[in-house]
Amino acid sequence: MLEPVLQASNLVKRFGGLTATDDLSLDIREGEIHAVIGPNGAGKTTMIGQLIGELRPDAGSIRFLGQDITHLPVHKRSHLGIARSFQITSIFLNFTALDNVALAVQAHDGHSFRFWGDARRDAGLREPAMEALKQVGLAHRADVVASALSHGEHRQLEIAMALATRPKLLLLDEPMAGMGPEDSARMVAMLQSIKGSVTMLLIEHDMDAVFALADRITVLVYGHGIATGTPDDIRRNEQVRQAYLGDELEA
Amino acid sequence: MPALMHKPVTTIVAIALLGLLALVPVASEAFDDPFMLTLFTRIVIMAIAAVSLNLILGYGGMVSFGHAAYIGIGGYSVGILAHHGVHAAWIQWPLALAMSGIFALLIGLLSLRTRGIFFIMITLALAQLVYYLGNGAYAYGGDDGLTILKRSDFGGLIDLNHRPTLYYLCWAILVAALYFCHRTVNSRFGMVLQGAKSNDRRMATIGFPIFRYRLTAFVIAGMVCGLAGVLSATFTDFVSPAMMHWSRSGDLIVMVVLGGMGSLFGPLFGAVSFLLLEEILSGWTEYWKIVFGPILVLVVIFARGGIDGALSRGQAGALMTGIAAFFLVYGVHLVYEDAWIIPTLILAAAFTLSGLVWWHYRRKRVASTETAGGDHA
Repeated sequence: MLEPVLQASNLVKRFGGLTATDDLSLDIREGEIHAVIGPNGAGKTTMIGQLIGELRPDAGSIRFLGQDITHLPVHKRSHLGIARSFQITSIFLNFTALDNVALAVQAHDGHSFRFWGDARRDAGLREPAMEALKQVGLAHRADVVASALSHGEHRQLEIAMALATRPKLLLLDEPMAGMGPEDSARMVAMLQSIKGSVTMLLIEHDMDAVFALADRITVLVYGHGIATGTPDDIRRNEQVRQAYLGDELEA
Repeated sequence: MPALMHKPVTTIVAIALLGLLALVPVASEAFDDPFMLTLFTRIVIMAIAAVSLNLILGYGGMVSFGHAAYIGIGGYSVGILAHHGVHAAWIQWPLALAMSGIFALLIGLLSLRTRGIFFIMITLALAQLVYYLGNGAYAYGGDDGLTILKRSDFGGLIDLNHRPTLYYLCWAILVAALYFCHRTVNSRFGMVLQGAKSNDRRMATIGFPIFRYRLTAFVIAGMVCGLAGVLSATFTDFVSPAMMHWSRSGDLIVMVVLGGMGSLFGPLFGAVSFLLLEEILSGWTEYWKIVFGPILVLVVIFARGGIDGALSRGQAGALMTGIAAFFLVYGVHLVYEDAWIIPTLILAAAFTLSGLVWWHYRRKRVASTETAGGDHA
């Protein structure tokens, strides 16, 4: 079998007396959408924080494409190909949608110690940025200031910025958070359309979306992965039913 | 779109203001008022310092409460060299810039690891350190300061002893600083700087090592401010720790806020209005800050984005009228004195007129856009 794109081994993260990540191991395979589900407080965002580099695990290691990245800072992981969309929309509100994505492109186009040329007329930034906006279906809103976009559009912009860094692994932290059913459906379709071209780790509470998209699912409870398997495996897993899914899946 | 449509108003006013500033030596000559040139040389020099602060404060979100330190470092570099008999500007000026840059680098390395109130406090503390360094430098006058007996020598190319020449040099450096700022904030570097102000966590996630970009901006701002210090020392033939007192750093922040943070011409508007108000109000009373304080509060409350913000929102008429009213009151005050009365009344009339014209023009434009909107509906 191929080496997984990302391999987290025995991660532990404690905050005082609370063990937010408890001996968590996770493999993400090339091209798959790997969903991580779990009740509130299961440690999903803490896990993402460690994978992206904002948090240092107290124990364990993280390997990405064969390289140990456990102690690499955030921006270096980005250059290796890890991108993230935030649970709480985290964009540059006073920039236009296109400016936002162009900045993400710029981050991966050499150093930015360039003081003279007008970055907003730089085709090398604008064109790839426009491509990313098209990918998420936001091209028609390119010149709108981000603060004037709707919540659903903010979520799309989040993904566009992550995609613009040409990631090998995309960490999606609740991309459908706060969305209505229509926007959610559009987001699922969009993720479906880029599936295969980029490996994704998906954290999401919307079970319909998770089971529609995921190739494999890991269930997290109290920071520990209690099961990993295909959606069907997870549906049938007795332990998972008891711990978390309960009635939700029987309906 | 509206923001883009209104933008030229600010630019037009700023260019007009720069044009008027270019005429100051002529006016000073015509009115036989040498003090006018003195005042405006100071204003132009402080505007350069404010432009440099705006680069990190307005565009970069770094509230440096120690920016006046670089005025002192630039000034002392010239003063100390002159004290030791080195007068060649080709040595003095680059060295002053280098010293400002080195101090900014050191202060930035320490302070930029923090955010928010901690950053404000650390920049303040480090600037005070530099201030007391000047105070303790007894070889160079300590807190009495150091008189510069001979101005920088450009080898006959520029005669800094000629007051209008010095003024035009300052003016040209101000224009150059504004142009440099304009290019920089719209460049790739400027995008990183503004992005880091808005959301530094996201910047790291998309792959920017933002610390080195912030530090670079901090050093550039320190060097430009150091240049303002060089000009200030040259102009007054004097350096003292007072020029880097923390309250001077506060003044610079007030100029930037008053004019409009994060707008290109904001610091220009801010420096001109702050120092003119200071000059005029302190002529009335020793306690001029009692009047100035409420004015500043009113601007912060009612004109978000300072003077620049008011201009680009189309409140130019209101602004002009406010200035006109101010000059009228000042004119009445002057009736009991003597000098300045005629230029003041001329200014009052000019601002009243332009305020009225602006209001009229704006009402017409609002009316026309309303009909245009109606057609579509």
